[in-house]
Amino acid sequence: MSSKLSIFKTGSIDIAPLLIPVIPFGIIFGAIGIELGFSPLMTYATSLIIFGGASQIVFIQLLSGGASSLVAITSVGVINSRHFLYGAVLTEYLEKLSLVKKLLISYLITDQTFAVSNKFFKSQNVKNNKHYHLLGAGITLWTTWQVTTIIGILLGSIVPEEWGLKFAIPLTFLAIIINEFRKLDHVLVMLISGISSLIFFDVPFKAYIIITPFIGLFSALIIIKIKDSQ
Amino acid sequence: MSWLSIIIAGLITYFTRFSMITFVNGKMLNRKIRLVLSYVPSTVFPAIIFPAVFFNDYGNLVEASDPKIFGILAAIIIGYFSKNIIATIISGLIVYWIFIF
Repeated sequence: MSSKLSIFKTGSIDIAPLLIPVIPFGIIFGAIGIELGFSPLMTYATSLIIFGGASQIVFIQLLSGGASSLVAITSVGVINSRHFLYGAVLTEYLEKLSLVKKLLISYLITDQTFAVSNKFFKSQNVKNNKHYHLLGAGITLWTTWQVTTIIGILLGSIVPEEWGLKFAIPLTFLAIIINEFRKLDHVLVMLISGISSLIFFDVPFKAYIIITPFIGLFSALIIIKIKDSQ
Repeated sequence: MSWLSIIIAGLITYFTRFSMITFVNGKMLNRKIRLVLSYVPSTVFPAIIFPAVFFNDYGNLVEASDPKIFGILAAIIIGYFSKNIIATIISGLIVYWIFIF
C-alpha cells in the first residue's frame, strides 16, 4: 500500500516542474475563451471533456473565427493524434491492467504525463503498481489544468497580452526534450521535424502536426538502418 | 460552439488516448518499432516548438532579432548544461522578457 502511495507521490513530484508553464497556459486559455465570446460553462467544459491544452485553444480559435464544427473537430483529432504514439509506447507497461483500469488511466495521457511517466517506466525497475506513477502525474496535472482554466475564466481579459506568456508553451516542450540534445541522431530528427512543421504549417486543418511525425519517424528509421549497418 | 461539437471533439481525443493502450499488446511491438517510437518526443515536440518560435501570430516568419529567438537560444544553452527543466523554462522567459520590455 505504501509503495502505491510512494509511486503516486513520485509521479506528482516528477510532473511538478512541468506545471510551471501549464499554470499560465490554463489561465490564458480560460481568459481567451471568455474574450472570444464563449460562455464560462462552455469554456470550462472543453477543459473537462477534451482536456488537451493546445487542441482546446485551436478549437475555440477556429470556431470563433467562423470555421465549421467539422473543421474544428477534425483539427482537434489531428492535433491530439500524437496520443496514438504515446499510447503505443506506454502500452507495454500497462498491459497487465484490467480493461476498465486501462480505459480510466487513458484519460490522463498528455504530453507532460507521457514524458515523465515514460522516463520513470524506462529507468525504474519497479515490478508492480508502476501505473501509479502515471496516476500521480496525471491527476496532479489534470487538477492544475481544471483549476487554472477556472481562474482564467474568472480573470477574463485581465491578464495583459503584452506579457507574452504564450511563449511559455514552446519553452515547456523544449524543456521536455532537452536531454535528447546530447544525442546527435535525436538532434537530427528534431531539426528535420521542426523544419517540416514550418514547411507544412499552412496545410489545412493544422495537419502539419500529424505530417511532421510521419516525416520525423521515417527519418529516424533511416538513421537506425544506417547505424545498424555500420 | 455547440455542446455536440465539444462532446465529439472530446470523444475523438479520448479515442486517441485509449485505443493503443486497450487494443495493442506490448508484445506486438518488436524491437525496431520500439526503437523508432523512442524518437516520438523528438519529432512531435519540435513540431510544436518551431512554429511557435519562428512564426508570429499571423503565420509569417519572424526576424532573426525577434525576442523569441533569443529566448529559445538561452533556454537551449541553459537547459543543455543544467539539465534542469525549471532552469530551461525560466531562463528562456527571462531573456524573452528582457528583450520585449
